[in-house]
Amino acid sequence: MATILASDLTRLTLEQPLPLDSGKSLEGVEIAYETYGELDEDKSNAILIFHALTGDQFVAKTHPITGKPGWWDRMVGKGKPIDTARYHVICANVIGSCLGSTGPASEAADGQPYAMRFPVITIRDMVRAQVALLDALGIETLHAVVGGSMGGMQALSFAANFPGRTDRVLAIATTARHSAQNIAFHEVGRQAIMADPDWKGGDYYGGNGKGPEKGLSVARMAAHITYLSEEGLTEKFGRRLQDREAKSFGFDADFQVESYLRYQGIAFTDRFDANSYLYITRAMDYFDLAEEHGGRLADAFANAGDTRFCVVSFDTDWLYPTAESRNIVHALNAVAAPVSFVELSAPYGHDSFLLECPALDRVIKGFIG
Amino acid sequence: MSLRPDLAKIAELVPTGSRVLDVGCGEGDLMDVLRREKRIDARGLEIDPELVEKCVSRGLSVVQGDADRDLTEYPDAAFDVAILSQTLQTAERPDYMLDQLLRIGRTAFVSFPNFAYWKMRFSLLTNGRMPVTRHLPVSWYETQNIHHVTVKDFRELIADKGVTVEGCWFFAGGMEISKSRPNWRAEHAVFQLSR
Repeated sequence: MATILASDLTRLTLEQPLPLDSGKSLEGVEIAYETYGELDEDKSNAILIFHALTGDQFVAKTHPITGKPGWWDRMVGKGKPIDTARYHVICANVIGSCLGSTGPASEAADGQPYAMRFPVITIRDMVRAQVALLDALGIETLHAVVGGSMGGMQALSFAANFPGRTDRVLAIATTARHSAQNIAFHEVGRQAIMADPDWKGGDYYGGNGKGPEKGLSVARMAAHITYLSEEGLTEKFGRRLQDREAKSFGFDADFQVESYLRYQGIAFTDRFDANSYLYITRAMDYFDLAEEHGGRLADAFANAGDTRFCVVSFDTDWLYPTAESRNIVHALNAVAAPVSFVELSAPYGHDSFLLECPALDRVIKGFIG
Repeated sequence: MSLRPDLAKIAELVPTGSRVLDVGCGEGDLMDVLRREKRIDARGLEIDPELVEKCVSRGLSVVQGDADRDLTEYPDAAFDVAILSQTLQTAERPDYMLDQLLRIGRTAFVSFPNFAYWKMRFSLLTNGRMPVTRHLPVSWYETQNIHHVTVKDFRELIADKGVTVEGCWFFAGGMEISKSRPNWRAEHAVFQLSR
């Protein structure tokens, strides 16, 4: 991936070692984060947004590598559903990632990159790191935590493990546990990376700088399919051919959908580290909120008290289908938590939460207040 | 905005500060009034996603779900008051739904259109067709009201179940009417029930 200038990053180093679910701990954890909007004097208007697998802290700012607008620019900003004229929005890069927070590409104590020496982390570890950031920033209670996809997992984990530190939890297009199918797709991606000779057991940093770009790009292609709906793909590409009149009777990207996926795969390698992809997908696969709380999901929320929840799913999301959201709502109902749930209709599959969906804007605005 | 008379009556009767579940809450009008006037943080259940979206955008806690199926998820006595307004007649099994309501809430308010209202009877008698009225505006083949019920039928069901009637109120033409001969005179009925 391309290097990011340190001047593009805001970072904080945790003073205490970060304890991990694996039993290990990480020293000198750095957390890269961005904030949007002013923090009130009494520090009561903060909203923490958790990003998804390949997301980052640049929610509503130009991405330093791609130069593209923030990934949730349409949702976060002045006068937008998450209104930065009223709220202080914080978004931190998760640990294990590669946009400035400590991850496998970071230097270990010996001055060399961790690579595969980086400890396996969990969703709860990511959340713990961000709670440590909140502590360092002196923010005790959040107005809301918000996240889609893996961000939603973090939001649920936050509610379960740090009850009382947020008034609201908004979990979008997410699940309380990774299913066999979810794990299976991730495993395809990981195997693609590790099968690339340029992966070199993870020790590809330095040298000519070329990592397992082929493998990472195939991983992204496979994953990208799971973020879209069949209907969306058919509408966008159908069986249309790419810049040609007829099939080539070869293995070029004859179809538009092939060309699109190849482009998505290659573009991804510019902004993402392959080892980070391994670690973060692993964290998602390990996620099972019920298992962490004795096997009963409702027990995860037993101490949620007055925290208000809002769970949103999309009818075309087959990665984390509505049934997974209902599972969460069922558990919240069982502890009589104040919960809202709605399945929205949108054509784009799992990625709907990032795309044009006016109903989602209204729900978020109403819930955040 | 003024509430439908049956909802206004329920809003008036629900004790301040109680825990309330509104089953079939629609756009959340009753929940909104309870929040503003009775300091009640009510929960709602509604099947129509567009109505749920409206509720959530009003800042109400409403779950999209099917009362026929999803009421079983709520714990026993989770609420002081369970409200079922204009939904009983759409249930697959109204009798089971009443059981669920009285399991979840210590007391229940049930409102329903009275099919034995004299105008209905007259319409059926003279036209020989299923009545389509202001309150039951949809043709027989597309109506969600699959279990039409009368005040008499309802009383009989709750008597069979051994449910206590804490109170009943009747409405016609948008007004509350007296309790005399309601099965003939009432367009709508509200019953407060308990076990």
